[in-house]
Amino acid sequence: MTRIVMLAATALVLMVAAVFFPFLELSAGGMVRRSSLLDAVLAFSSGMMLPLTFAVAALIIVLPVIRLGTIVYALAPMALGWHPAKHAVAAFRVAQALSPWAMAEIFIVGVSVALVKVAGLAKLSFGPAFWTFTILVLVTILSDNYMCRLTVWKTLEERRRR
Amino acid sequence: MSGTQGQTALTARQAGLVGCQSCGRVHAMGTSHCIRCGSALHSRMPGSLQKVWAWLFAGMVVYIPANIYPMLLTSSLGRTTESTIIGGVIDLIDYGSFGVALIVFVASVLIPVGKFLAIGYLALVVRPGSRITKGSGLHGRQHLFEVVEFIGRWSMIDVFVVAILSALVQLDFAATINPGIAAVSFSLSVAFTMLAAQSFDPRLIWDAEEAQAA
Repeated sequence: MTRIVMLAATALVLMVAAVFFPFLELSAGGMVRRSSLLDAVLAFSSGMMLPLTFAVAALIIVLPVIRLGTIVYALAPMALGWHPAKHAVAAFRVAQALSPWAMAEIFIVGVSVALVKVAGLAKLSFGPAFWTFTILVLVTILSDNYMCRLTVWKTLEERRRR
Repeated sequence: MSGTQGQTALTARQAGLVGCQSCGRVHAMGTSHCIRCGSALHSRMPGSLQKVWAWLFAGMVVYIPANIYPMLLTSSLGRTTESTIIGGVIDLIDYGSFGVALIVFVASVLIPVGKFLAIGYLALVVRPGSRITKGSGLHGRQHLFEVVEFIGRWSMIDVFVVAILSALVQLDFAATINPGIAAVSFSLSVAFTMLAAQSFDPRLIWDAEEAQAA
């Protein structure tokens, strides 16, 4: 339980760094272009494709943050041996419902495919955010692996009753 | 006769119980909300198959423009080329990156089409009165459903590739990449089929056995 909370909290911190630092750097013919995660999100922001911007932002930034936040909220008090938080049940249900829609790890695979496509065109270098985001994905997967849905529900119920 | 040891399984409904789909707690039949996690309880999701078909057809309809219209608009030195999903895969093969071409092909063609077929098949065979009720296939159906539910989200890869490329490659005259309208319909298709898989009630699979035993 403590391990899940720690990993989820780590992932949250990493997410902040991943959003604001430059993600990838592209240089071709003397021109340099830096783009952060936010730029990738805003790529669709012209004209008809505006709704897709919100969708991408939700899938790779907002939903993972909400999911990690609710997990920390629901489990942290229990990991410290306190009574579960007031809305822990609702929070954990939200986390569970969001899990198929948080697609950070799929984004990473997308990044690697994009890198191969651009490789011939220009020189690429990774920014700090690329590494933080990769670690973030690994940490999230790790914490999901430690977490057993049924055990969490059971503990939540037992602790609430006391 | 089915089940792994050759005996018929007892479903919760036969035992007069109803399990919570969210947290797994078992209640007496007729309880309306789970006392552990508070989500609504249904022995079988009402209208599950209807929702599955609706989302599935919506997903199939928007998958057509996703393949016809361009996904990427690449302009290089004043020339603009449009490439569709399949076109992008062919480009990658031309560059000689077969592995990545395979990933994109699997994620944006094989998985969506396979998902249409798999969800359609599952929704067909769990209909009450379906003639395809071979008991030995029930475990296979459950596995198929789990695979479909797990793998569906991975189709989004291509949309993210387009997002990154068009954010990154904005080098004015030398090369610019812009997203095409197919990106929108493709992501809608992925979302709709994910909803179709989520509205499918896997417990329907095991009702075939119950009907056989009765």
